[in-house]
Amino acid sequence: MAELNTGDGGGKDKKVRSKKQNSKVDLTAMVDLAFLLITFFMLTTTLSKPKAMELGLPDKEDPNEKNQDIKVDENRTMTILLGDNNKLVRYVGLLATPVAGGAPKEFTYGKQGIRKELLDRKASVLAYSTAKGKPKNGMIVIIKPSKKSNYRNLIDILDEMGIVEVPTYAIVNEFSPEETKLLEGK
Amino acid sequence: MAVKMTKKSLTTDMTAMCDVAFLLLTFFILTATSKIPEALPVDMPSSTVQSKLPETDLATLTIGKGKVFFDLKGKEVRIETLEKMAEKYGLQFTDEDKKEFSLMEGFGVDIASLKSIIEMEHADRAKVNQPGVPKDSLNNQLADWVRISRQANIDVNDKDLEIAIKGDAKEEYPAIRKVMDILQDQGINSFSLVTGLRGKDF
Repeated sequence: MAELNTGDGGGKDKKVRSKKQNSKVDLTAMVDLAFLLITFFMLTTTLSKPKAMELGLPDKEDPNEKNQDIKVDENRTMTILLGDNNKLVRYVGLLATPVAGGAPKEFTYGKQGIRKELLDRKASVLAYSTAKGKPKNGMIVIIKPSKKSNYRNLIDILDEMGIVEVPTYAIVNEFSPEETKLLEGK
Repeated sequence: MAVKMTKKSLTTDMTAMCDVAFLLLTFFILTATSKIPEALPVDMPSSTVQSKLPETDLATLTIGKGKVFFDLKGKEVRIETLEKMAEKYGLQFTDEDKKEFSLMEGFGVDIASLKSIIEMEHADRAKVNQPGVPKDSLNNQLADWVRISRQANIDVNDKDLEIAIKGDAKEEYPAIRKVMDILQDQGINSFSLVTGLRGKDF
C-alpha cells in the first residue's frame, strides 16, 4: 500500500527497503570526549588550590625595654639584602670584615644563583661548627628586604630557605647606611 | 585438518566504558566548586611549598595596588563579625544585609560604605573601584576586622582563626610589612603567605 515508487515507472516493481542500519553506535568519539573532560576537571580541581607558606615572626619587642642583643658567631651568618629590580646582594659575616670569600656580591634568584651559594655556605658552616665541637650550630641567614623590593622577592628568598633547609633565618627590617649604599651603589 | 581462526569482531563494545567515563565526569563536575570571582584580583608569586591553604577558619588579607581587602570564610563567622563590627562603629545592618554579606566575596571599603557594597548586584561589585579597608593608625579598621573576626571565630567554631596574606607579586615590601605589623600588634606572629605552585627547578 504505502509504497514509494522511485519514479521511472517502467519495468519491474521495485520494493524500496529502508537500509538496515547497524544497531551499534560508535562510541569512540564520545568516550574520548568524556575522558578529556574528566582529565580537565580532575586537574583543575586539584591543581589550582593555592598553597600556603607558613611564616613565623618573632615577638615584636617593646621599644622601651630593648632586649639585650644576643651575640652570634659572625662566621655563621649570611646577610641577604633584597633590592629593587630583583637585585640581591649577600655578604657573609660582618659587612666591614667579611669572612673569607664572603665579600658583598650580587647574585640572582633561583637554582643557578643564590641557591648554590647557600648550599656551599651551609656546608662550610657545618664543617666550621663541627670543628668547634658544636655541629648543631647551623647557618643563620638574615634577610633584609629593602623598601623597593617587592613581595615576589620576599617569597622567592623564603622559598629558597625552605629548599636549602636553612635552620635559622630571620627577616630584619633595619638597614645600616653602609648596606643601603651597597644596594644603591652597584 | 584446517585450523579455523575464529573471526573476532573489530569493534569493541564501549557502552560500559562510556558509562564509567560519564559517571566520573559527573562526579568531578559536581565536586568542582565554582570559583568565586575575587574582588581584588592579584597575581600571586609562586613557591615550592606543598601545604594547602585551610578551607575553614581562615581570614585572607589580599594586598594589591596598595589596597587591602578582607575576606573571611564561614557564613556564621561572617555574620557574627559583621554584627560586632556594626556594634562597634554604631551602624545598622538588616538581616538581609547580613545574609548577603555572609555569601559575598572579599571587600575593601570603609565600613560606613559597606552597606552600599552589600546592596549591590553581584556583578557590579567588581566594577566599582573599592578603595581598600582603611588601615591608618587613626582609622585602623583592618585591625578591628581582624581582631573581631578572630573573636567571632572562637565564639562560633571554637577554633583559632588562621590569617593568610595574599599579596600581589609586584607589591612593594613596605605595603606587606604594614599589614604584617598590624597583625603583629595583635600578637599574631604566625600566619600563612598564599602562593601558587612551581617546581624546584627554576
